[in-house]
Amino acid sequence: MNMIVCCKQVIDPEAPPASFKVDSSTNKVVPPPGVPPVISPFDEQAIEAALRIKDAKGGKVTALSLGTKLLRDVVKKPLSMGADELVLLEDDAFADGDSWSTAYALAMAIKKIGDYDIIFCGRQAADWDTGQVGSGIAEILGIPSLTLAKKIEVGDGKARVERLTADGYEVVEVNLPALITVTNELGEARYPTIKGIMAAKRKEPVVWKPADIGADTAKIGTAGRRTKVIKLFQPVIESKCEIIGGDNPEDVAAKLVLKLREAKII
Amino acid sequence: MSDYKGVMIYGEVTEGKLSSIAKELLGCGRKIASDLGQQLSAVLVGSGVGGLAQETIASGADKVYIVDNPLLKDYQTETYVPVMEKVVKQVMPQVVLLGQTTIGRDLAPRLSFRLGTAATMDCVALAIDPASKRLLQTKPVFGGNAQAIFTYDSDPQIATVRAKVMSPMEPDASRKGEVITIDASLDPSTIKTKVLQQVKEEVTGIKLEDAAVIVSGGRGIGGAEGFKQLAELAEVLKGAVGASRPACDSGWMPETAQVGLTGKIVTPNFYLAVGISGSSQHLAGCSNAKTIVAINKDPEANIFKAARYGIVGDWKQVLPAFTKKVKELLAK
Ligand SMILES: Cc1cc2nc3c(=O)[nH]c(=O)nc-3n(C[C@H](O)[C@H](O)[C@H](O)COP(=O)(O)OP(=O)(O)OC[C@H]3O[C@@H](n4cnc5c(N)ncnc54)[C@H](O)[C@@H]3O)c2cc1C
Repeated sequence: MNMIVCCKQVIDPEAPPASFKVDSSTNKVVPPPGVPPVISPFDEQAIEAALRIKDAKGGKVTALSLGTKLLRDVVKKPLSMGADELVLLEDDAFADGDSWSTAYALAMAIKKIGDYDIIFCGRQAADWDTGQVGSGIAEILGIPSLTLAKKIEVGDGKARVERLTADGYEVVEVNLPALITVTNELGEARYPTIKGIMAAKRKEPVVWKPADIGADTAKIGTAGRRTKVIKLFQPVIESKCEIIGGDNPEDVAAKLVLKLREAKII
Repeated sequence: MSDYKGVMIYGEVTEGKLSSIAKELLGCGRKIASDLGQQLSAVLVGSGVGGLAQETIASGADKVYIVDNPLLKDYQTETYVPVMEKVVKQVMPQVVLLGQTTIGRDLAPRLSFRLGTAATMDCVALAIDPASKRLLQTKPVFGGNAQAIFTYDSDPQIATVRAKVMSPMEPDASRKGEVITIDASLDPSTIKTKVLQQVKEEVTGIKLEDAAVIVSGGRGIGGAEGFKQLAELAEVLKGAVGASRPACDSGWMPETAQVGLTGKIVTPNFYLAVGISGSSQHLAGCSNAKTIVAINKDPEANIFKAARYGIVGDWKQVLPAFTKKVKELLAK
């Protein structure tokens, strides 16, 4: 099994909400000071999905990241978890793309890597939360896509995927090659091992520029965007919380019940 | 570009019924269509869906396109994308709206790539720009910490819409509309996927999406045992039990109970958040509740920013006392 996993470096989505700031003059997010970026959590779980298949059936896992200012400590995490190779699409020309320019560049890189049975992505990136790049890559490559997978088993040139539905899940069989996006219900991603961290330190990523993947520069980064962000803003949450105090839990509970009754909530 | 006209909604059918999100889309599509001075159409795809056309018209559609075929019994990317591609190319709507559901999340991106246009996912507001007549699409980003307004120049403009943010129309059975059948034109030999099994998580009692009261627990609950106490209170209040993602990931609650950006969007009258810190991703699923009440031992917890009332304290002491008082009150 040859597997390619797309991993995005993002602003830590679990950073305290109070640290989140937007620069409204540029419509961009100001990275919170002192909080390092991370691999988008669903992408880490996509790595986990690939590693589970590798553990069971053998194979090769290549992590693929696109961006600028990619911190080696961050983007090497898949290697320290057990991935075999790391390919970076790192160039200013790739910067500030949208789902279309990103899917195009990743698909071009995947074509260059060439040999694959499964391409994994996270269900959505934890920054723009769109969840379109995976389906886009599959469409460009002309292969089937299955989204929101929580379990994947492979055999006989097929994958059997448990995919979330509104009220449970469904089991779908797909002929490989295919693209699969992974949801958190898959379970936690493994921690890097000491051995893995050492191996990742020694391993140098392969870095490709647009020309290396034969990308049309009009289709990548800002130039390749189809969508425009005309405004980025922080919605105002009115904080008018009334904290209910009292001498003991019974007292507090009684006061709350009274308030809720007065307000006709219960 | 000017060849594209009208607004189309994708009418999701669940268990043989027109889904609530479909009615919400009809409600919001109606407004957009009238702002554009154009018609609103709906497309129903599935097996045995033709009978829903009249209800779809009553809920706001001027035209209903029906694609009915046994091969379309279950949603599959491999069959629904080509069907929607065919419908859109035939009808040429300027705007296509879908629900941000497990189906819409899958269908909209692949369809937009196939059609060579773009899509905006999980919109919470849609409006026509008076000057350009283009669709302004507002969507929460960065887990709900911010919102972005998107536009683009290609047609059709595709957007998925978050559940429960748009209001359905009052159904009007006397409304008249046109019903048009479109052939699916599917070749079974080209379908590379097969649905082997559908598994439904059994929910006892009230569904989260329909509940007027939700008692929700987070990592602070500490285990499945604690959720029994939440369930007891929920029962007294005739509500349902929800959970944050860590509580589901830890197996304390089934994954279908997850509230938030990647779980359920809920709009109860009363949302009690117990041992939940109030991350932006969690609030994305519950911030439209009428009243949020939080019990948390950390006075700085972000949940108090969204709450109307708060109790700072250990839930293990506060909750049993609260349940007792509620029981006393309701027994009166
Ligand atoms: C892309 C993305 C999507 C996500 N989607 C979702 C989603 O859909 N839904 C979701 O919920 N999360 C989601 N998350 C996770 C989210 O970021 C938070 O990690 C999560 O919501 C935190 O859950 P929590 O509040 O239960 O846990 P914590 O943040 O750990 O908070 C636990 C709280 O319990 C309190 N507490 C502890 N003990 C007690 C006690 N004895 N009494 C009272 N209070 C106590 C603590 O003070 C704390 O505030 C998502 C994350 C990402 C990155």
